[in-house]
Amino acid sequence: MEGLSAFLDMGGYGQFVWPAYGVVCVVLVGLMIESRRSLKSAEAALAALKPGDEEIGP
Amino acid sequence: MSGFASIVRRDLHLALRQGMDSLMVVAFFVIAVVLFPFGVGPEPNTLARIAPGVIWVAALLSSLLSLERLFQADYEDGSLELLALQPIALEITVMAKVSVHWLTSGLPLLVTAPLLAVLMNLPEEGFRPLMIALLLGTPSLSLIGAIGAALILGSRRGGILLSLLVLPLYIPVLIFGVSAVDAAIGGFSDKPQLLILSGLLVAALALCPWAGATAVRQGLE
Amino acid sequence: MMFHRFANPTRFLRFAAVVQPWIAWITVILFSLGLYLGLVASPADYQQGETVRMMYVHVPSAWMALFCYTGLAAACAVALIWKHPLAELAAKATAPIGASFTFLALVTGSLWGKPMWGAWWVWDARLTSMLVLLFLYLGYMALNNAFDDPGRGAKSSSILALAGFVNVPIIKFSVDWWNTLHQPASVVKMGGPAIHGPILAPLLVMSVAFTTYYLWVLLIRIRREVTANKVRALQMRQATRGEQ
Repeated sequence: MEGLSAFLDMGGYGQFVWPAYGVVCVVLVGLMIESRRSLKSAEAALAALKPGDEEIGP
Repeated sequence: MSGFASIVRRDLHLALRQGMDSLMVVAFFVIAVVLFPFGVGPEPNTLARIAPGVIWVAALLSSLLSLERLFQADYEDGSLELLALQPIALEITVMAKVSVHWLTSGLPLLVTAPLLAVLMNLPEEGFRPLMIALLLGTPSLSLIGAIGAALILGSRRGGILLSLLVLPLYIPVLIFGVSAVDAAIGGFSDKPQLLILSGLLVAALALCPWAGATAVRQGLE
Repeated sequence: MMFHRFANPTRFLRFAAVVQPWIAWITVILFSLGLYLGLVASPADYQQGETVRMMYVHVPSAWMALFCYTGLAAACAVALIWKHPLAELAAKATAPIGASFTFLALVTGSLWGKPMWGAWWVWDARLTSMLVLLFLYLGYMALNNAFDDPGRGAKSSSILALAGFVNVPIIKFSVDWWNTLHQPASVVKMGGPAIHGPILAPLLVMSVAFTTYYLWVLLIRIRREVTANKVRALQMRQATRGEQ
């Protein structure tokens, strides 16, 4: 437990180091999620349209 | 060159007939600067310290005001397309319009600056470098701004968007324009900064008409 | 040139579907390794203490912010000069990623600066340049989305990106100049510790991890743009067919 609390404390700088890594995590994961959602909804729209059309567009 | 001159003459004629535009640019310039004593207090030393920066920032913002309409009117009534089809290069047309913009915005700002310098308690040594710096800087602002004005043709929310696009590109001119005045006030030479401003102007003269013409062509497609 | 093979969007989609899982796994592994090295396995700096660990996310973010803008400008140049259909999409896809990295560079820079110099924000040359870069990204994205016709938006913002790119060294030079003029008595420099062995490893691993992450998200976003274009084309075709 002492090892863990020292790890979290980061020599007194824990209140800076962890938020730094935290915001990086949030932004990078968030961007990934948003990108995938956007792709999925575009693919869904394409699938909805395609049955009524033979060719694939440009 | 007669094509250049005829466009300049035509645009100047249009601008002067409307007349209000230049006056409004000057009025905005004055009001923007006058807001600062209200904001930071009228203490003379404070005002003197921030004078170069305030005057320059206000000049940047004022210069933006009339940029939106640089190509807009001609774009809307089809004259821009006609101008693009003329035998004279579109680059020259752009240069002509930029010149008119400077004559109707930059030059009035230049003329008004000494008055505002007095209001802001700018030290004596600052006046000359301020005028020279503005003389060298305001044409660059018109040139750089022209690219932005061409890029927003046909877009939604042109005016506000234009500010966001152009203001970051103005930062070098701002930094060296203010630095020239600060240097002179501090007793140092303002030559390096003025030389850099000249260099920026030369670079802008070389690149902006071409970039602006490219943007106009793309906007007319 | 390899790019010609991918001028066909459908072919690109197939390529992306194959490559993406690999990049995804490499990214996850690199991040795991980087985080382990950065947070656990490497020592604290003898001068800066544990704060040096923030460098392992700040420096890659800043580096990627610039790398992405260069990539953006290059893609725009290719789009304008060779009219490569995918180049415009690559540029549009890159912008939000680059902007995110820039934002991260600013936030982690601020968090790093607070314990070092006591202020949440210092107008040092590098952070200030990052801030201007953020505005360049936002301007590009705004212009790209300001037109009803996405093609117009793409072309217009491509010119803007190139104008911005040309300005980056000029802005950097100006900001450096400005910063040396206004430097307070204590030299405020976000230099960080000298880069040596134990610090180098996590830094490199994280940098590569950030890069592969960028490629991963880039693939997803380009796929999205290609698919969205197909949707638009089909909608237009069906609309005209419906009018017959």
